[in-house]
Amino acid sequence: MREITYRQALNEALAEELERDPNVFLMGEEVAEYHGAYKVSQGLLERFGPTRIIDTPISENGFAGLGIGAAMVGLRPIIEFMTFSFSLVAFDQVVNNAPNMFMMSGGQFNIPITFRGPNGPAHQLGATHSHATENLYASVPGLKVCTPATPRDAKGLLKTAVRDDNPVLVLEAELLYSSKGMVEPPDEELLIPLGQAEVKREGSDASIICYAQTVPLALTVAAQLEEEDISAEIVDLRSIKPLDERAIFDSIVKTHRAVIVEQDRPFCGVGAEICYRVQKNIFDELDAPILRVSQEDVPVPYNEKLEKFVLPNADKLMAAVKKVCYA
Amino acid sequence: MQRPEQRDEVEMLALMLLIRRFEERASQQYQAQKIGGFCHLYIGQEAVVTGAVAAVRNDDYIITAYRDHAHALARGTSADACMAELFGRATGCSLGLGGSMHFFDRKNHLYGGHAIVGAHVPLAAGMAFASKYRGEDRVTLCFFGDGAINQGSFHEALNLIALYKLPVVLICENNLFAMGTSVKRSTSLKQIVDRAEGYDIPGEIVDGMNFREVRDKLSEIVGSIRKDPHPAFIEIRTYRYRGHSMSDPASYRTKEELEKYRLDDPITRLRAQLTREGKLTNEQFDQLDKKAKETVIASVKFAESSPELPVEDVYKYVYVDGAVETERPGPARAEQQRREGAPAPSKEGA
Repeated sequence: MREITYRQALNEALAEELERDPNVFLMGEEVAEYHGAYKVSQGLLERFGPTRIIDTPISENGFAGLGIGAAMVGLRPIIEFMTFSFSLVAFDQVVNNAPNMFMMSGGQFNIPITFRGPNGPAHQLGATHSHATENLYASVPGLKVCTPATPRDAKGLLKTAVRDDNPVLVLEAELLYSSKGMVEPPDEELLIPLGQAEVKREGSDASIICYAQTVPLALTVAAQLEEEDISAEIVDLRSIKPLDERAIFDSIVKTHRAVIVEQDRPFCGVGAEICYRVQKNIFDELDAPILRVSQEDVPVPYNEKLEKFVLPNADKLMAAVKKVCYA
Repeated sequence: MQRPEQRDEVEMLALMLLIRRFEERASQQYQAQKIGGFCHLYIGQEAVVTGAVAAVRNDDYIITAYRDHAHALARGTSADACMAELFGRATGCSLGLGGSMHFFDRKNHLYGGHAIVGAHVPLAAGMAFASKYRGEDRVTLCFFGDGAINQGSFHEALNLIALYKLPVVLICENNLFAMGTSVKRSTSLKQIVDRAEGYDIPGEIVDGMNFREVRDKLSEIVGSIRKDPHPAFIEIRTYRYRGHSMSDPASYRTKEELEKYRLDDPITRLRAQLTREGKLTNEQFDQLDKKAKETVIASVKFAESSPELPVEDVYKYVYVDGAVETERPGPARAEQQRREGAPAPSKEGA
């Protein structure tokens, strides 16, 4: 194992998959000559050439659709959105064309495409650049959605996504590109299956269900709670769809209390679906109502203090965990 | 004159007749409520797609919008599979899962059948991108209506196609109306073909009621693209005799306008050309028409007697590897476990 950044991990995943399969290509705004707006594609143009690392004009709908068309005839495109906030311009392609094709064609055309890029609120970017899109996309049958929180998960999930024969969205955590973590050496194949959560920290008093940018938040809060003798278990979903119900249930069966901390908004958010499934399947295991910590149900404001208030934060999560523990 | 690489003209006339008779029968079956959803007929426009397929290879890619029955028939999808699709049967070209607007036929290189106006033009760009990426000399034919040219996806795709020099023929089937809105009321240009100029794509206007003109123009363009990949745009002026869809009486246009176009009917025109040149007798024509009628009548019988997919099959067509994450109706897991005595929750949907 060695320590690399989340950004490097994604870069390695791209390079390895481009190397492995000539049908894989990377396309998006600034991915080639600029090396990616977040430098995820650093060095790929030099290594793989302009046929496979392709800069596009600012036309998300156009190049997302181009990727889908190429996937219909056998290529395996990786389409980068500079941020998933911009994927909304391509919503029709991502929601109407990519996931519907397999059903509409009677199973003749599957779409092996990866859409990737940063997702979720970052820091003071204002409402248009702060969308967490996971609940929007996870609600669409035919799409798969994963949300890596660590360099290792980022590399393993992206590689798996590229090899998946369905449309997969890899929602990278915008604030975590420079975060570091331990990853297997480059010569060791790292594939992490979609739909497998990981317990990032064992605990016995309450389960914190989290993903992407809320994972480091949950880990910080868990460390603070430890000092108050509350032992929190951290379940990192890693994939929103498929959803690893079993890992969620297993943890709650152990702790009997749960808080879901999500990047998206409360109304029809990821946590709402999890709550439904938990009460439906393991109602008797709960010793307290499940609480959710999410964004406030408002567009994200620019002002730093207000933004901090609107986003899920340590104070809110701490309070929620204490509440489910009646502490 | 017909070139060796072009398909036989009498055979193409038979195809036009098949399309016309198929659409007439579809209309009748729709009125009899055997066909659900929306249904858009191609009657009047037959020379466009037949002229196009007469000029290309079978492995060239074809993609179109929702008025797609004719494109499937022209590609070689059987009338049986087309009619069965309209009937929603498992023997349909999309297993009855797509319907009138979503005909697909992988074997015959028909890539849909797309019902969001303009949204398939980027897909065409991708298909052509793949041909160029692999160094193939395949050409993509992308059909769309005059309504599509004002969509953002169309404009984005044209820019990408021109920028990457992709081997696509953009074929605008200008039937003068986007639903009930005439081109004059929807488009700021004097002529649609001028859209191409804005993207530095060569464009031409073709008479869509004249099979030979469509075919020969396509032959010329496709031949040039095969030598050196590039895009081209043709505005094919045509006319649909029926309304936009089955529910449209087309009250936004005059009887006189419709009559004018009917007198210029593409089937009558090709028939006259062939008869004049001694390549077709009246008896032969009647024979072709009789065969077309018989084929579509048989297709209705085939569709009626075909099975539907069982309801549980819906879960098979969500993910190609069968990984289904669908919230299904049924008892809660705990209850199910009590019944089945299963120890732990499984990973499948609840």
